Amino acid sequence: MRVMAQVGMVMNLDKCIGCHTCSVTCKQTWTNRAGMEYVWFNNVETRPGLGYPRRYEDQEKFRGGWVRTGRGKLKPRSGGRFKRLLSIFANPVLPNISDYYEPWTYDYEKLIDAPLGDDFPVARPKSLLTGEDTQITWSANWDDDLGGAPQHAPDDPVLQRMRTKANEDVRLEYEKAFMFYLPRICEHCLNPSCMASCPSGAIYKRTEDGIVLVDQDRCRGWRMCVTGCPYKKIYFNHRTGKAEKCTLCYPRIEVGLPTVCSETCVGRLRYLGLFLYDADRVGEAAATEDEQQLYPAQLDLLLDPDDDEVIAAARRDGIPEDWLAAARRSPVYRLAKTYRIALPLHPEFRTMPMVWYVPPLSPVVDVLSRTGHDGEDAGNLFGAIDTLRIPIGYLAELFTAGDPAPVASALRRLAAMRSYLRADNLGETPDESIPAAVGMTGAQLQEMYRLLAVAKYEDRYVIPTAHAEQAAQLDELGCSLETEGGPGMYGSGPFGEASGRPVPVSIETFHALRQRQESDGRSDTEHRYNLLNWDGSGRPEGMFPAPSEPPAAVERGAPGPDPGAGRPPGGHDAGESGRG
Amino acid sequence: MDIVLWAALPYLMVVVLVGGTIWRYRYDQFGWTTRSSQLYESRLLRFASPLFHFGLLFVVLGHLMGLVVPQSWTAALGLSENGYHALALTLGGVAGIGTLAGIVLLIVRRRTTGPVFMATTRNDKAMYVVLVAAILAGLWVTLVFNAIERASTGGYNYRATVGPWFRSLFWFQPDVGKMTAAPVDYRIHTLIGMLLLTIFPFTRLVHAFTAPVHYLFRPYLVYRSRDAAGPRGAGASTARAWSPVGTRDRTR
Repeated sequence: MRVMAQVGMVMNLDKCIGCHTCSVTCKQTWTNRAGMEYVWFNNVETRPGLGYPRRYEDQEKFRGGWVRTGRGKLKPRSGGRFKRLLSIFANPVLPNISDYYEPWTYDYEKLIDAPLGDDFPVARPKSLLTGEDTQITWSANWDDDLGGAPQHAPDDPVLQRMRTKANEDVRLEYEKAFMFYLPRICEHCLNPSCMASCPSGAIYKRTEDGIVLVDQDRCRGWRMCVTGCPYKKIYFNHRTGKAEKCTLCYPRIEVGLPTVCSETCVGRLRYLGLFLYDADRVGEAAATEDEQQLYPAQLDLLLDPDDDEVIAAARRDGIPEDWLAAARRSPVYRLAKTYRIALPLHPEFRTMPMVWYVPPLSPVVDVLSRTGHDGEDAGNLFGAIDTLRIPIGYLAELFTAGDPAPVASALRRLAAMRSYLRADNLGETPDESIPAAVGMTGAQLQEMYRLLAVAKYEDRYVIPTAHAEQAAQLDELGCSLETEGGPGMYGSGPFGEASGRPVPVSIETFHALRQRQESDGRSDTEHRYNLLNWDGSGRPEGMFPAPSEPPAAVERGAPGPDPGAGRPPGGHDAGESGRG
Repeated sequence: MDIVLWAALPYLMVVVLVGGTIWRYRYDQFGWTTRSSQLYESRLLRFASPLFHFGLLFVVLGHLMGLVVPQSWTAALGLSENGYHALALTLGGVAGIGTLAGIVLLIVRRRTTGPVFMATTRNDKAMYVVLVAAILAGLWVTLVFNAIERASTGGYNYRATVGPWFRSLFWFQPDVGKMTAAPVDYRIHTLIGMLLLTIFPFTRLVHAFTAPVHYLFRPYLVYRSRDAAGPRGAGASTARAWSPVGTRDRTR
């Protein structure tokens, strides 16, 4: 047994309202750069739907993940090492930009510059790849909320699989459709196939926290990882020619902060915490013959942090005490293993994904309520879970390689919690047969309810900080402006865009903010203020229109080409302290 | 003049090639990439890129054969001069034409596909000129010049002139006379080749130096500690590799 720690995430799909806040804040943080316009480290898909990139789950086409060979070994579905090297000059299964979408902007300037006329000026869409006029035909969430479902949803690979497997006729008429949202980030797998297909060996899993990262210095742009990842969560930065992926916000995790997507989730549906797992048995578990046994096999890899034997082994393998303590408090371990209500996404890809999902009960409740039944009655719910084959089958294709039993069991526990707690809430005597029917006790249901419904920030995110003795290496703490080629390292190096010495994240963020504030471009916008960057202190110039008769007491800078104007005091402060 | 061209320039070329490569490897790990444009367009690339790259691999092998292996060795193997030339002509011709066809297709694709053209730097364009010139000059001496010579004298034997000169460079006694005796076509091809190798470290061609052969021998999974900085460029201890931020709209 070799114990390793993994920062994992669980998302409670019942709570996702599909607001895309996680996607937007993630994009603002990580992928708001040229070359990354089409990149969404976090995206929210409507299911049934095509996903992003379109039909990424169709591995017959995209060849992601692993396959088990006849001899019981694993090899990347796109081919072994030799085959990969032979196809290095043109990857035959690389998704094209049209599988994502062509990024665009609008010609906003026309709105201001157009000469006076009878027609209202329009901002035409312009392609960010060519700069030419473009037609917008697809985007990252084009089929959001089942938009265009009659046309697109039949192409959903999961539905197609259900259809071929069970010959099930999945109804997609609007009024009978079921729908839920699926937020997706990188799975930070235990057995990542992106890593396996990287010829340069640039993708690695951190031994301390299991976060999978791309070494930007070692990546040579062979783009095999894009094919290798079955979740298509590795993206090719078409400007720098390097692969980039979700970092699980490692600079934040290292100092004990949750990821940006978790922090900003309005539904508070994300949980972060530690899993302890047995690294020695990962390969064996991933090579389990029966696809439907992959979920139990993965569950089996997760070690009980309260087990003395595990604790001793973890100490032996150098896991710090505070990490062990955090593992014992881990909300994700409880959701995944203790309560068994969180399930991995597509275990049949054999990558052992570590972002798990609590399946949504709402499609079932919706159907019940629509037919006039009490959607919170345990008997009704249990009955519905057993009979509503289509939503259950769909969820099973997503989370358990098609085995409905674990999904139904998770949903029954959620249903039991719902009706047990309703009775509690209404002051009735809780029916102890309800928890018994799902193999739990009333106290356990109460605990589970607290974790799912009322858990506070520090209960949802149990993240031990990286160790102080390692602080010099932490990105978020280091003041690195004084490194060689410090500030001013922007624009192009001698070999075209993006060459030259890399810029530390913190400097970059500082300059990005400054640039955003100053690069509105037009001279008459100099005094405008970007509310997004206002830190709440002071009253920045230009935030409110100038009073018609400026009071003498208020000092105002003379209007003119002063580049510093319109920046908040906070902006200056950040600059000064950053330089210090 | 001849001494400058055939005794000094080659060494200068090697110094720039090796020095430039080391310098760039230390200074510009982040810029060291294929800068693949397959994301934008893959229908033409799928065909043209392997054609060009595999062709080029054989061309490089052919050069090694022709320049490094002395005539006496192949003769000892029982390969006559005529036989050798026939072999070189057919294999070299096929590889060369494949390379040329590949790069022509790639350049046409680069010019006609909007996003690919937008992603082409001036550095790339200059490199393409030299690269195509080298291929054209090489094909010229292999196919056209040789064919004409063949008609009159039975083929020009560069292994009597260019080859020995090339080998003489390695023991620092450049045999300038051998090279000046070679026809001007060969000398032009050699000069363009040296120019190409000189600019090599400063172009996107460097990706060839990191051809991932080690992939065949490494385990599938890579674990790395947060503390291990990994082989970074010198002095780049705390630096992280990201491109400049702030999506500027790419309006022309």
